[in-house]
Amino acid sequence: MKRLILLLLLAATCVSASADQATFKAFGGRPGLVKIMDDMMLELLKDPRTEPFFAPVDQDHVKAMLVDQLCELLQGDCVYAGLDMRSAHADMGVKREHFNALIESLQLAMERNNVPFRAQNKLLAKLAPMHRDIVEKTDAADETPVEELPSEL
Amino acid sequence: MSFSAGTRSAFYVLALTATLPMTASTALASGARSDKLVLTGGVNAIEGAGGGGLATWALIGGLGTEDQYGGNAFYTNIAMDDFRLTSSGVLLGIRDRVELSLARQRLDTQDAGSALGIGRGFKISQDIFGIKVRLLGDAVLEQDSWLPQVSAGLQHKRNDQAALLQALGARDDSGTDFYLAASKLYLSSGVLLNATVRLTKANQLGLLGFGGDRNDSYRPQIELSAALLLRRDLALGAEYRSKPDNLSFADEGDWASAFIAWQPNKNIAVTIAYTALGDIATFSKQRGAYISLQLGF
Repeated sequence: MKRLILLLLLAATCVSASADQATFKAFGGRPGLVKIMDDMMLELLKDPRTEPFFAPVDQDHVKAMLVDQLCELLQGDCVYAGLDMRSAHADMGVKREHFNALIESLQLAMERNNVPFRAQNKLLAKLAPMHRDIVEKTDAADETPVEELPSEL
Repeated sequence: MSFSAGTRSAFYVLALTATLPMTASTALASGARSDKLVLTGGVNAIEGAGGGGLATWALIGGLGTEDQYGGNAFYTNIAMDDFRLTSSGVLLGIRDRVELSLARQRLDTQDAGSALGIGRGFKISQDIFGIKVRLLGDAVLEQDSWLPQVSAGLQHKRNDQAALLQALGARDDSGTDFYLAASKLYLSSGVLLNATVRLTKANQLGLLGFGGDRNDSYRPQIELSAALLLRRDLALGAEYRSKPDNLSFADEGDWASAFIAWQPNKNIAVTIAYTALGDIATFSKQRGAYISLQLGF
């Protein structure tokens, strides 16, 4: 009986692991993510809500970091070596509206690159909880003006 | 104390308008934008609160985030076999925490009115003032937690046909529903679920009065909804709503619907549904096409 349960657990992990592999493939692997991040950055710079955050930074660097981070999240063969989300966004004054604006830009970029809707939502499901580290708490005592954002992350 | 229907409506509109200068100036100060993702404010349900079509959900209506104000106006028409029910109103979402809604429902008895002895095309109206407060959770963002978004609310309803309702056996021409709702979007499967428990005495939402000769105490009713996100702007779903049965002159049936909701941008949403509304005022198995238009800011 114990052996049967172990076997079933192993089978379940294999299924979910291959499901994640399928999701990574649905994104076009790492090259697909590179393309999606290129498109997303264009949207972020067009959107007046996110332009102030992304215009002054080294966009190529940010894109490369994002590709590594999403690749790792999607169980691709990558390692994200950048800052944790809290440090990366500290004192930036990111509000919920900015977080949502980025999600919209990401959705547009994924749509343009023909990522299936289900795969899109699997990625968003992993990104959503990051709001705790990224979005400034509404009772923050002070906000850093946008002009004082660090020039590189 | 009783006022004419016109006076009552005027009072409600005045009360809501009195709050507008304050909210408008604050809204302008915050940039007057609504930045929730489309569909995450729900649509205006039949009683005017944010939710699905028949059920009230835990989502705060409008697309304003926790730093913003959002609102909308809606018009809903249900064309049943023997009746026509319309509902229209306005909703204000404050900082994704509090929702205020005001709706007017009108039941047109059409030919059924003659059969019921009240006259062809006799209309029964009621005003519904709603307030909802988000207690905890976030239906969209907390994807790593089992916790749903939970809201509590009330809907105060005032019907304009006191004499008729008394003749039908209803105990009151106004009443208040109290509810607790839990909603959650499961992004990995694209499914949104909602469960609401409502304490109510309202007969057919209040259109046939409150309480009756069969029962005049608050009983809990349940509202269940499930929706599948087909695209970020399109959802397909079904709802079920149990109803009380307080009047002996006519059985009251549970309600169910299958719907499609489309929100192509932040300013407009359309919902169409097929509804099964059970027996209404002795007319059996009312079914009908539901269509709702929502315009928002």
